[in-house]
Amino acid sequence: MTTPATSTPATNIRSNLWGVGSYLLLALLLLVVFPLAMDVFRLGLAAKYMSLAFCAVGIVLVWGYGGILSLGQGVFFGLGSYFMAMFLKLEAAANADSSSGTALSAFFGTAGLPDFMAWNSVEVLPWWWEPFHHVSFTILAILIGPPLVAFILGYVNFRKRVGGVYFSIVTLALSAIMAIVIIGQQGYTGGVNGITDFKTFLGMDLDNERAKFVMYFITAGLLLLCVAAGAFILRSRLGRVLVAIRDREDRVRFSGYDPAMFKAFIFAVAAMFSAIGGAMFTIQVGLASPSLVGIVPSVEMVIYAAVGGRLSLIGAVYGALLVGWAKTFFSENFVEYWFYFIGVLFVVVVMFLPTGLAGLLDKVRTRMRRAEG
Amino acid sequence: MASLILQVDGLTVSFDGFKAVDNLNFYVEQDELRCVIGPNGAGKTTLLDMICGKTKPTSGSIKFKNHQLTDMIEYQITRAGVGRKFQNPSVYEDLTVYENLDISWPKQRNVLGSLFFRRDRKMAEKVESVATQIFLQDQLRTKAGLLSHGQKQWLEIGMLLMQDPDLLLLDEPVAGMSAREREQTAELLNSISKGRSTVVIEHDMAFVKMIAHKVTVLHQGKLLAEGSMDQVQSDPRVVETYLGH
Repeated sequence: MTTPATSTPATNIRSNLWGVGSYLLLALLLLVVFPLAMDVFRLGLAAKYMSLAFCAVGIVLVWGYGGILSLGQGVFFGLGSYFMAMFLKLEAAANADSSSGTALSAFFGTAGLPDFMAWNSVEVLPWWWEPFHHVSFTILAILIGPPLVAFILGYVNFRKRVGGVYFSIVTLALSAIMAIVIIGQQGYTGGVNGITDFKTFLGMDLDNERAKFVMYFITAGLLLLCVAAGAFILRSRLGRVLVAIRDREDRVRFSGYDPAMFKAFIFAVAAMFSAIGGAMFTIQVGLASPSLVGIVPSVEMVIYAAVGGRLSLIGAVYGALLVGWAKTFFSENFVEYWFYFIGVLFVVVVMFLPTGLAGLLDKVRTRMRRAEG
Repeated sequence: MASLILQVDGLTVSFDGFKAVDNLNFYVEQDELRCVIGPNGAGKTTLLDMICGKTKPTSGSIKFKNHQLTDMIEYQITRAGVGRKFQNPSVYEDLTVYENLDISWPKQRNVLGSLFFRRDRKMAEKVESVATQIFLQDQLRTKAGLLSHGQKQWLEIGMLLMQDPDLLLLDEPVAGMSAREREQTAELLNSISKGRSTVVIEHDMAFVKMIAHKVTVLHQGKLLAEGSMDQVQSDPRVVETYLGH
């Protein structure tokens, strides 16, 4: 018996139904409608936006409920993306020996080394690349590394009561640093070009249509899983403590909670979501690039969440898809106006729609229910 | 001599050279209801802030049961059994009355514990009984932000009751309340202070008379007088600095 006695059974059931219903609708859209309605190219775009939606879902947890505006989700997306890229690149390099690349790498004595390292006169694989030969290590690194970084960074700051806009600035600086380090260490990271030109994932040819479908479904499944995990967190007591911290952090200490721990935890969860998104992005788009870890993409991720609704996990997914498509539309037609458009969009949403599209929908729903009597 | 639950010795705090509390000794017995009065700036709120960990003292010792509170931070002090109600009602406005009481239930207050916490019958019963005590049994589903000022004050007291502290620190619990609400609150305090020690800061003398066992008068961060209400009221120093005007 765990039914909370908080709300009348009727409204409780109704809001549960609404939540489950919109979750199923999203699942239907991602798992059935998109794959049936789109060609491989468009489906690839959807997969790309879905990868970014992981970050938006995390931002709902961290910003919408935790009250922490992180402008550094690109860092965690980037870590996941680069970890995956390192694995894929090593696999590509190992296989290149048996094909056309052989002559060149044999000539330079750089067999098994990623091509960009050879171009940058790095002759020995750096030690920290070594473990990425193994897929299990890579997956663990993606799932554990970024949350660990986020947890430590968050806890150190939150314990010292660095919060609000100051923490946003810390995360902003982190995004900048990450991009600068990647660009600066070209020999080890591929520099400004990023890491690209992968061939296979565990022997599966990534260019083949079937592989694209498989990866699409894996991404959609993981995204739905993250939304469900987020919903579980928000419905637990931890979710209520987060809201309490957002509204009155000082008071929460006197209810016997350590707010720093809770904030660091939710920041770590969001980092894990972002990292999964980054890894799936790299597998499907075939690229890990510093242009996806810096300040601009980090801010864009916040905009996805803001447009979709910063209090709605499902809204965040729609936000990422909509803004993603808008971005593609703009860059196909008038590239130079994209930044103005997204800037205006952000201002408009924050000023007139602080709870985004999901909030708008809620308002309509309440009004309709009232009209019903 | 009854046993002491709180022993404050030589407590001093200075803000940029201004001593808000100055070498203060303050003792509270088990099950006592103590009122602290004094003019503005006497250091009453600062005293409570230091006991509950909100402000760090410059020097001195605060012993609560077996704990040295000056070495602990807020949530540890709360878990040790000190409950604090603030001057301005501090409730979680985006949560319902029920949820406010729920998260004050002193179980599973770490991250993982709270993630897998399930409300049980014992807690549900406690919430019901506390809500009745604080006159909010019909408002459990109301967002706390929508309550009246007086109801927020009660809710905050209710949150403390959920915590079931051994020492209750209340800062102006009847501020902003109507005469009727004051009476109800006095009754409430008399009933909830049973079985625990309570320190109340209050300006309203009529209210203090209704509840206090013993009164402490502070002035400029120092102890001016201590005793029963009658003793304190007839103390010429107290009359001069505080009650006189």
